[in-house]
Amino acid sequence: MSDLAAVEPLSRFTFRHDRIRIALWIVAIVVGMYLSAASTKGLFPTQADLDAAAAVSKDNPAAIAFNGPPIALDTMGGQIAFQIGAFGLTLVGLMSLLMTSRLTRGEEDSGRLELIRSMPVGRHGPMASAVVVVAAMNVVVGALVSVSMLVLDLPVMGSLVLGASFVVLGLVFVGITLVAAQITENPRVVAGLAGAVLGASYAIRAVGDIQGGGLSWLSPIGISQKAQPYAGNRWWPLLVGLALTAVLIGLAAALASRRDFGAGLVPPRLGHAAASDGLGTPEGFAVRLQRGVVFWWAVAVLALGVSYGSVANQIEKFIQDNPSLADIFAQAGGASIVDAYLATTMLVLALVAIGGAVQLAARLRSEETAQRAEAVIAAGTPRPRWVGSHVLVAFVGGFLILAAGGLGTGVTYAVVIGDAGQVPRLLAAALVFAPSVWVVTGIAVALFGVVPRWSMLAWVPVAWCWVVGFFGILLGLPRWALDLSPLELTPALPAADLKALPLVVLTLLAGALVAAGLIGFQRRDLG
Amino acid sequence: MDEPVIEVSDLVKTFGSTRALDGLDLTVAEGSVHGFLGPNGSGKTTTIRVLLGLLRADSGHARLLGGDPWHDAVELHRRLAYVPGDVSLWPKLTGGEIIDVFGRLRGDLDPARRDQLIERFELDPTKKSRTYSKGNRQKVALIAGLASSAELLMLDEPTAGLDPVMEAVFQACIRELTGEGRTVLLSSHILAEVEALCDRVTIIRAGRAVQSGALDELRALTRTSIVAETVRPIEDLGALGFLHDLRTDGRRVSFDVDTANLDEVVVLLGKAGIVSLASNPPTLEELFLRQFGDELARDLQ
Repeated sequence: MSDLAAVEPLSRFTFRHDRIRIALWIVAIVVGMYLSAASTKGLFPTQADLDAAAAVSKDNPAAIAFNGPPIALDTMGGQIAFQIGAFGLTLVGLMSLLMTSRLTRGEEDSGRLELIRSMPVGRHGPMASAVVVVAAMNVVVGALVSVSMLVLDLPVMGSLVLGASFVVLGLVFVGITLVAAQITENPRVVAGLAGAVLGASYAIRAVGDIQGGGLSWLSPIGISQKAQPYAGNRWWPLLVGLALTAVLIGLAAALASRRDFGAGLVPPRLGHAAASDGLGTPEGFAVRLQRGVVFWWAVAVLALGVSYGSVANQIEKFIQDNPSLADIFAQAGGASIVDAYLATTMLVLALVAIGGAVQLAARLRSEETAQRAEAVIAAGTPRPRWVGSHVLVAFVGGFLILAAGGLGTGVTYAVVIGDAGQVPRLLAAALVFAPSVWVVTGIAVALFGVVPRWSMLAWVPVAWCWVVGFFGILLGLPRWALDLSPLELTPALPAADLKALPLVVLTLLAGALVAAGLIGFQRRDLG
Repeated sequence: MDEPVIEVSDLVKTFGSTRALDGLDLTVAEGSVHGFLGPNGSGKTTTIRVLLGLLRADSGHARLLGGDPWHDAVELHRRLAYVPGDVSLWPKLTGGEIIDVFGRLRGDLDPARRDQLIERFELDPTKKSRTYSKGNRQKVALIAGLASSAELLMLDEPTAGLDPVMEAVFQACIRELTGEGRTVLLSSHILAEVEALCDRVTIIRAGRAVQSGALDELRALTRTSIVAETVRPIEDLGALGFLHDLRTDGRRVSFDVDTANLDEVVVLLGKAGIVSLASNPPTLEELFLRQFGDELARDLQ
C-alpha cells in the first residue's frame, strides 16, 4: 500500500492548517439546521397544526419541488425533515465539493503538491488524505445534526437516519469532486463541474419527487431523501449512496493512475498568439478574465429557471383539480398560487445571482493579492478605472445571470401553457432584482476599497440574504431583520405590483457603496 | 564507483503532439555534482519530474538510486530531496513551520542543522510565507532540502532569485554536502554556478543530450581565445584551418583556436617572438552558446 503512504501526517497537517475553515463549515451548517428545526417545531405547537400543515403541503407540487418527498408530514420529525432536508443536503454537498476540490486539484495547481509529492508520500496519499479530512467533516456534521434533533426531543432512530443521510450525501460529493478533479487541470473548473452536478441533483429530484419519486434515484440528494427519516427510517438507500461513493473514489483513483501529475485527462486548449483588440482596454481585459465565470453562473441559473418553469405547469393542473385550495391561497396572498410560486422562484434565482455577482467582485481582491493588479496599474491604468472595469463586469454580469434565470423560467413556462406573454413578464420579474444584486455587490466593492483585509466579509450579506430568503419566515425573524436583505425590499413580481421607489433607492445605495470603494482604494496602499 | 545514482537512457515523454523528451541519456555518478544545462523548454524539468515519479515516461529506461522512479517512488523519496525553481508555499504558515512540515514528512529533520542553515541563509523563520519575496520563498525550500540527510539532491534552478551573497552560501553548502559523499543533480541557468560546483555536465536540447562529460573534457572540445603581440608578423596564419575569427592588426593578432590545436599555435607564436600573450580558456557560457548560439548568430546577421 505504498501508494497510500503518509496519509496520516498529510491529513493531520490539513486538519491543522485548515482548522478555521473546517470549523466554520461545520458550525454554520449545524447551527443553521438546529435553528430551522427549532423554529419549525415552534410553528406547529399542536398535532392539529401539524395536520393542517400536512394537508396543505402533501399535494403541493411547489412545496415538494423545493423540499422533497412529502412523507409523514403530520409528525414533527417528518415535517422538520421536509423543511430542512433538501436545503441541508445541498449545503453539505457544497461543503464537500468546495473542500475536496480545494484540497486536491487546488493544491496540485498551486505547485505545493509537487514539493509534497517529492517526499516519501504515496501517489494517492494526498487524494486519500483529502478524502479522510472531508469525510471526517461530514461525519461530524451528520453526528451533530443528529444530536441537535435529539436535543429537540425528536425520535432517536429518525434523528440518526437524518444525520446519516447528510453524511452519505457529503461522501457522494467527495467522490464526484474527486472524479472531476482528474478531468481538468483547472481547480475552478473542478468546483464548477461538481457544482453543476449538485445543481442537477437538486433539479432532478424536484421533478422526480413531483412525479412520484422514481426519477429521484438518479439524484444523490434524492437517494439520501429515500432514507425517509422519522418515517420509513430505511438504511438501505444510504448503502446505495455509500456504494456509489466507493465506485466514484475507485474511478478517481484509476483515472489518477493514468494521468501525469499536473495534467488533466482533457488537455488544455491552446490560445491565441496575439491579443485581440478587445484586450487592449482595462474593461475588455476584465471581461476576458471573467466571461467564463459569468457564462457558467448564467448556465446554472438558466437550468434552475428551466426546471422551475417546467414544474409550474404541474401547479397549474393541481389548482384546476383543487379549486378550494386555490381559493385559500388566493385569500392568503392576494395573488394566484402560480404567481406566488413564480415569485418564490425569482427570489431563489436572485439568491443564486447574488452569489455570482459577489464572486465576480471578489476578483478585485484576488487580482490584488496575486500581485497582478499592480502590474496592470503600473502599466498606466488609473486606479479608479481598474476598479471600475471589474465593478462594471460584476454589475453587468449579475444582470445577465438574472436575465438568464428569467428567460429560462419564462420560456419554459410560456411553452408549457402556450402563452408567449409569459416571457417578458417573467424576464421583468427576474430583472427587478438587479438593484438588490447590485447593492450586495456594492458592499463587496466597498469592503475591498476601504478594508481590503476584510474583503471576505462580502459573503456575510450574501449568507444573510440566503438565511432570510429560505428561513426568514420559518425563523420568525422581525421585520427589520428581514429588511436587511435588499431582496425583501424588492417588489415580488409577478405576485405583487411593481413599485419604482425601492428600486431607485437600492440603485442609489449601490452607487454610493461603489463610490466608497473607489475613494477608499484611491487612498490606500496596494497589496 | 558502483552503480550510478541516476541512470537514464533513451527516455521519451510526449505531451500530446509535443515531444518533451526525445531519447534522453543521462548518467550521474555517486558523489558527484552533475550540472544539467539546456535552454528553456528543453526538457530539464520534465526529466526531473520523471525521476521523481510525478510523470510516467512513454518509453526508455530510468533508474534512480537503484530503484524504479515510478514504482518505488515512496522508498526513493526517503533518500532524496528536491528543490524546485518556482516555490509555492502555504501563505498562512511561517517559513520555519513550513521547513518543519517538510522535514517531518521526510522524517529526517535535524533541528541543529535546520537552525544553522536558517542562520546562514539569513531567513526570518517567524514571518508568514505570504510576506516573503521570491528569494526568501526559495530559501525556505532550499533550507528544507539542505537540512535533510538525503543521499541525492535534485535541484531545479534552486538559486533563482537569490542575491550574490546567498549564492555564495549556497555554493559553500553544496561543497560541504559533496564532501560527505552525497550526490547532487543541479539544473541551472547560472553558468558561473555550474562552473564553480560541477564535476560533470550534461547539456540537453529539444529533449536530447547533445553533450555530456567532465567539464575539462568539454572544454577540450571547444576553443580558446588568444590575443598576442609578436616581434615579427606571422605570415600564413590565415591558412591554418583551426583558427577562427582571426583579426590581424600589424603585429597584433587575435583569434580563437580549437583547444586540440593549442600546442601548434603556441609553437608558431613562439617562433615569431612573443611580446605579450593573453589566453582565455573557454567558459561554460561559450560552451553553451556554441551549442545553441549558432542559430542565434545567424539570425542576428
